Amino acid sequence: MNRGKWFDLLSDNWMLLATLLMSILPLSVGFGLLIESMPLLRQYHLRHLVSSSAWSPAEGKFGMISFITGTLWVTGLSLCMAAPVSLLVSIYITQYAKPWLMRTIHLVMDILAGIPSVVYGVWGVLVIVPWISQKLAPALGYSSSGYCVLSGGIVLAVMSIPYILHLQIEIFRTIPIELKEISLSLGATYWETIKYVLLKQARRGIIASVGLGISKALGETIAVLMVVGNVPQIPENMFQAGYPLPALIANNYGEMMSIPHYLSALMFAGLILFLIICLFNSISHWIIHKMHQT
Amino acid sequence: MKNIPHSSRSRRKSILEEKIMKCIMAIATYSIILVFIYMILVISREGIPALSWEMISEIPGGGFYFGKEGGILNAIIGSVYLSVGGTFLSLLISIPVALYLNIHLLHYNRITAGIRYLLDILWGIPSILYGAFGFVLMIVFHLQASLLAGIITLALMITPIIIRAFDEALQGIPEGMLEACYAMGLTRRQIAFQVFIRQAMPGLITATLVGFGRAIGDAASVLFTTGYTDYIPKNLYDPTASLPLAIFFQLSSPIPEVRERAYAAAFILTIIILMISLLIRLCTSRLSKYQI
Repeated sequence: MNRGKWFDLLSDNWMLLATLLMSILPLSVGFGLLIESMPLLRQYHLRHLVSSSAWSPAEGKFGMISFITGTLWVTGLSLCMAAPVSLLVSIYITQYAKPWLMRTIHLVMDILAGIPSVVYGVWGVLVIVPWISQKLAPALGYSSSGYCVLSGGIVLAVMSIPYILHLQIEIFRTIPIELKEISLSLGATYWETIKYVLLKQARRGIIASVGLGISKALGETIAVLMVVGNVPQIPENMFQAGYPLPALIANNYGEMMSIPHYLSALMFAGLILFLIICLFNSISHWIIHKMHQT
Repeated sequence: MKNIPHSSRSRRKSILEEKIMKCIMAIATYSIILVFIYMILVISREGIPALSWEMISEIPGGGFYFGKEGGILNAIIGSVYLSVGGTFLSLLISIPVALYLNIHLLHYNRITAGIRYLLDILWGIPSILYGAFGFVLMIVFHLQASLLAGIITLALMITPIIIRAFDEALQGIPEGMLEACYAMGLTRRQIAFQVFIRQAMPGLITATLVGFGRAIGDAASVLFTTGYTDYIPKNLYDPTASLPLAIFFQLSSPIPEVRERAYAAAFILTIIILMISLLIRLCTSRLSKYQI
């Protein structure tokens, strides 16, 4: 064989190898986390781990429920803010806005998506935390240090809006223009067309984009960690501190080697996070896939 | 369609409704732009006063964490090492995968859909889990927290991002290009590296920059794997500082001077990210004119 043939063989195999590597990576991430959390799962019952609220690694208590509820609070709050806003914005800029506004939003979206999590955290500490502790919480009759699940929710909402918005703009663009024309020619106003035709067509896509937004918000670590307070308790209202799963993993990496089962517990927390995110991602992708087919 | 009203009074009502909704939507849209501007203003207002030449030209001195002399040069250099290394390693995997999907597997729709689905799952995995997975790898391979471990973790994290962006650029290549190349007697290697990669060059550069930006700003994935040190790493097995972690650690300090340095560091990081965003814009608008 000549040299060209050898290079062909090399390039083909390199590509195949890289593709195989990437294809088994999701499995190996899940598998790696599972193996590392095995010691804990052998020792304790799974149901006990996810339903107990006792967290005291030194005494061998690894109840995860307060971290799971912390995650749910922060993610839920951020979605309540991000989903309606991004829907309104995506309708406005695909249907009404002038080209310059569209370009500006795209630029802002790209930059917002690129800004690191830690900078959002700094912003949250500087702006959101004092605002909540001094203005919002007293106004609603609560007392709060500002380091609470609501701060985490607000910071996450700002972080996840670019992602949700990006997907929703795509979805509104793929709706055939004829549908709009038919509705308009029947005498519907522009808004009625949007309400009865576009939103109905895009319904599943909107749900999917919010699903992807959830999984993005679930895993954001550093920004949330900086503003959410990190107290292992079940938050009773949005002005109380919480302790989401990613923050738990990130906060305890220093001491995890010295206490038995601590490392396993953190990897188990990672495994829960991984499974939830894969679930949401899969459902959303399935919906989007279905949408493209029909 | 039966909900659409016909009488003139309800017509007026629906026009009013449209006006109100339009107003709410406009407010939402402009508020996003305002939040963005406000964020940049706050970071600049807090960061610029604390910024000094000493900050970006010196490594931490003896009393650095008590507000005395020194800077964060170690973190800046560390971040550059980590993200350049991570991006390079990632390109070694992401370029062949994207090419393989678009040349070898072009007509195997089921397989490509499956692989793209797996890549999307990878794209959605948060960086802290890559950090945890990197830690598991470190245990398995008996590695210490080091520059090398950080580079590997970062590469794993940004590879799906780069593949996805590059893949999109490759999908933009007109259909029939591949058949034309085969008809001219080119081998698949030649098609990949002499035709397709050139056609998708602007997309590749953009993808690389996006991955680089993500790598330089990510703190969670390197938290476990790089360690943290006050010195500039000399080889791949040294622990390394990074800019996001420097911000994070300094911000949790009780001493005001140290916290101000965190703001300055956040400002530096924001400027770097803004410059990368600007570069991406330039690349997409400038380079795309060389395409067929």
